[in-house]
Amino acid sequence: MPRRIRRMAARLAGPGLAVTYLSLLVLLPLAAVLSSAFSSGPGAFWQAVSQPEAVAALRLTLLCSLAVAAVNSVLGLVIAWMLVRDDFPGIKVVGALIDLPFALPTIVAGLTLLSLYGPNSPFGVNVAGTPAGILLALAFVTLPFAVRSVQPVLAELDRETEEAAATLGASPAGVVRRVVLPSIAPALLAGAGLAFARAVGEFGSVVLISGNLPFHTEVASSWIYSLSQSGDLSAAAAVSVVLVLIALFVLVGIGLVRRRFGVAESV
Amino acid sequence: MTARSRWPVRVVALSYLALLIVVPVGSVFYRAFAHGFVAAWVAITTPDALHALWLTLVVALIAVPLNTVFGVGVALILARHRFRGAWLLDALIDIPLAVSPVVVGLALVLAYGQTGWFGRPLAAAGITVIYAVPGIVMASAVVSLPYVVRSVLPVLLEIGTDQEEAAATLGAGPAAVFSRVTLPSIRRGLAYGVTLTTARVLGEFGAVVVVSGNITGKTQTMTLFISNSVENLNSTAAYAGAVLLALLALFVLAVMSAEKKERGPRWRSRSDRSQSDSEPHLLLTG
Repeated sequence: MPRRIRRMAARLAGPGLAVTYLSLLVLLPLAAVLSSAFSSGPGAFWQAVSQPEAVAALRLTLLCSLAVAAVNSVLGLVIAWMLVRDDFPGIKVVGALIDLPFALPTIVAGLTLLSLYGPNSPFGVNVAGTPAGILLALAFVTLPFAVRSVQPVLAELDRETEEAAATLGASPAGVVRRVVLPSIAPALLAGAGLAFARAVGEFGSVVLISGNLPFHTEVASSWIYSLSQSGDLSAAAAVSVVLVLIALFVLVGIGLVRRRFGVAESV
Repeated sequence: MTARSRWPVRVVALSYLALLIVVPVGSVFYRAFAHGFVAAWVAITTPDALHALWLTLVVALIAVPLNTVFGVGVALILARHRFRGAWLLDALIDIPLAVSPVVVGLALVLAYGQTGWFGRPLAAAGITVIYAVPGIVMASAVVSLPYVVRSVLPVLLEIGTDQEEAAATLGAGPAAVFSRVTLPSIRRGLAYGVTLTTARVLGEFGAVVVVSGNITGKTQTMTLFISNSVENLNSTAAYAGAVLLALLALFVLAVMSAEKKERGPRWRSRSDRSQSDSEPHLLLTG
């Protein structure tokens, strides 16, 4: 082999192998989903995503994800505020604890919530088989996004501006509303977006506590799962396409917000 | 924060964390040992439980090294070479984070299942992927794909190429440069990425449940064993399995917080090429 060709082959070998691995695991399978979703034409695709059970599942998923993103944005901000501004013995442990939902397998998270807020709840609170159970599971798995997105921005906030506002007569609420919120708004929005995107596709933590009752507590990922189990793969693929598009849309939106405002990403 | 505003914030933040995270996770430990340590031990050492544990370890032993080699390779390519389409490769790495685990499983079924794209050639070659161990390995590899890349790439960009070039000038070959210079400097980031990858592989449920067929004693991993035990009302086995995985998660948590303490908050400018690296983003799907 001439030397030039050999050198070129060596240079392309790495990227070639990487792209092959990525194609086998990610690109080809996802292309198969797209192709299967439209395998019987756009009419069949539309029918699969517009049948009542699919619409109910998608609607429930979106509503729950929106609600959880909103609730966790507020409580995530409160928690981040405490982690940045407060100090008490054990606050470091609390800070590390925020990442527990990341590290905990989703099925364990689901079982965890079921054990405390299920039929055998020691508090007598049973949300199993209700939309409240779904909200609880989604709140659990998305909390780290909400906290970790605003925390670094809060830490960098210029306290002098806050003090100046307070000196000029602004009330504590006024300082938060006029000084703090505007500077953390992009990070808050990004955190809510990440939480939403995660919630939309969530399965493991929801499946045990929701009970998967059709039209009542069946989320989109559960519906896709039950379609795939009953062998209706192209309908499952059609709903999957919708779900992936929603998540991608939100993630691209977050990217744009971050670029526009130069939000530092959290660690 | 003034003393007056401190207490309401503490009460709200700590009670939310307690009700959502601390008490539920604590209660799993309590329930696992509610009938004594022996009952939990018996439930987790039945043949089916041991098989699930063994299969989980086998899957991790295949998927984690594969993703480690791929991750370091891709990080090196993205950090050290300029080529057309680099941005595309960089973006594609994160796709598994945007896709629901159930969809990942479905995608593998549609590509490698009996009626899938490659079903016929695979069957002709006598290879079963779906409802078998290869499918579980693939599903685990997909969902944990980005972690090593995203942990190693920022370190590679930060250390630059000065030392590597110096070593090459002094006569070291590419292999020697990698093992003597590059590898030691990315060690911490690599260990972090491998830890996250392993945690994700051991804990994956959604993608695995779709491709595995969930056959007890055959294609059942630890997470599937837990969900099956819940369905069969064998709560001691479910909680004991959950405790096992939760202990693992606590270890991962310790690694995560040690890593954070070590490097501190890291800020990235807009021009930073590694901007897409951040943990919330990194850990998107479950």
